[in-house]
Amino acid sequence: MTFLQIDNLSKRYAPHLPPVFENVNFTIDRGEFVCIVGHSGCGKTTILNVLAGLESATSGYAYMDGREIHGPSLDRGVVFQSHALMPWLSVRRNVAFAVRSRWPEWKRAQVDAHVERFVAMVGLAHAIDKKPSELSGGMKQRVGIARAFAIQPKMLLLDEPFGALDALTRGTIQDELLAIVHATHQTVFMITHDVDEAILLADKVLLMSNGPHARVAEIVRNTMSRDRVRATVHHDPQYYRIRNHLVDFLVNRSKLIQAGTTDRVGDRPVIVEPGLVPGDEPLVRPHAEAA
Amino acid sequence: MPSSLNVRAGAVSLLILLAIIGIWHLATVSVKGDTSTAGMTAEQIEYQKMMGKDAASTKTTGFPTPMDIGGAIVRQLSDPFYDHGPNDKGIALQLAFSLGRVALGFCIAMLVAIPLGFLIGMSPLFRKALDPFIQVLKPISPLAWMPLALYTIKDSSISGIFVIFICSVWPMLINTAFGVAAVRRDWLNVAKTLEVKPLRRAFQVILPAAAPTIVTGMRISMGIAWLVIVAAEMLVGGTGIGYFVWNEWNNLSLTNVIFAVLLIGVFGMLLDLLFARFQKWVTYVE
Repeated sequence: MTFLQIDNLSKRYAPHLPPVFENVNFTIDRGEFVCIVGHSGCGKTTILNVLAGLESATSGYAYMDGREIHGPSLDRGVVFQSHALMPWLSVRRNVAFAVRSRWPEWKRAQVDAHVERFVAMVGLAHAIDKKPSELSGGMKQRVGIARAFAIQPKMLLLDEPFGALDALTRGTIQDELLAIVHATHQTVFMITHDVDEAILLADKVLLMSNGPHARVAEIVRNTMSRDRVRATVHHDPQYYRIRNHLVDFLVNRSKLIQAGTTDRVGDRPVIVEPGLVPGDEPLVRPHAEAA
Repeated sequence: MPSSLNVRAGAVSLLILLAIIGIWHLATVSVKGDTSTAGMTAEQIEYQKMMGKDAASTKTTGFPTPMDIGGAIVRQLSDPFYDHGPNDKGIALQLAFSLGRVALGFCIAMLVAIPLGFLIGMSPLFRKALDPFIQVLKPISPLAWMPLALYTIKDSSISGIFVIFICSVWPMLINTAFGVAAVRRDWLNVAKTLEVKPLRRAFQVILPAAAPTIVTGMRISMGIAWLVIVAAEMLVGGTGIGYFVWNEWNNLSLTNVIFAVLLIGVFGMLLDLLFARFQKWVTYVE
């Protein structure tokens, strides 16, 4: 049962310029975690902005839950690349701002309880009354995540949320994000440059070729177990098969596809499962049906 | 170490002040000249009186010495609230009148400038449309507005307030427009994705974001308002510190004029400090 459907999306910034991307097609099921990977300039952020309702595509359609996406909505929470916290508000008030936007009729105590729950979920209960300027980059990004989760959206959109963080902090927050997503069964669409991150977090990885004329060339199904943990995931034999496939794509094939010199130039992206070798049974069917 | 720097700066300030007073004292005492009558013939004393160089008349000629000013300060501040009639009021009462006019004119200017500034900041159409009017009205001197104000409004006090309004509205207007237009895209996007209604967005996102710039505009406007009130009161008269200066000038009491000038400076500084405090309160670190 598709939750999100993208049909032949394309974006052209000016009539005389080539399209940044075209014929982008993919679907996302409820409860799925989808990552999109590709070089800079292939239009990943633009696709995310179209999904968020902040930009509109030149042609094509985006449907969520049966309805066309027309503008920004509380049903689609966004975590921006630069945390976008309001610097004059404390952590508590930043998250409360979002909570009040979603449920304006709630009383103060109710809002406070809700805020505290989500701030604790990202491990920042001790810093809840600090201003953003008193927090580190990782903490600020965590607050952004807490804010997005607090409105309990139908879908979460993350625009390279960990791009500005150092590798150690990134690792810790990835674990936390994975835990929260599994606990809340949140549907997530995330942009990332980090291949390891994509393999750890995502059920599906969309591979985009280079722009202009970029397209979703492949959809890689993550056939590893769903209770993978960052500390041990790289021991799984499937890990490096998938990883090599992704790196191979980014280094070689994304350019070739753009230049039109490979065999995969169809309209619909190909679905591959590089983790499996012939004869393997996949450990878990991609994304178990919820309830 | 900040406290050591403050102490040293304070010491240097004090030295400069003493140097200024010292030079002033030397300059004014020597100008007064020697007024003793010892060893003079009767004719010479008579001649001295005629030339206005005797002890009695030199009190009102020549630039006041620091001692004279000190005396004036003590005299005026010992009874600042006296009221002996329309032309003779204590210094605190005069200041109160001036401050009252400034407060009123400034508040009206604020009520006009900030909403209009919001409109201009958020709408490129209105910004372009209103720009010529703003650019033409902005450079007009307050004193040039006085005749128009007096003719139409007729009341001198209200004219003064109008002139304060028309001159202090521009910095606030322009700064508000700039601050509102320069609100970071990110925060506006957050408001969009949270489906924040326009009024809530204006008060809870745009206003706090633009507040430092707006308060800077208010601070500049207040400085201009204080300048203008003194000039306006000099012209129109009645009550107020500007009128006091003009009145004492007409009485040739330079001592009181200098004293009033010092007070104008001190109060201008206090008003600015007030707004500096306010500015600190709304400032945020990005």
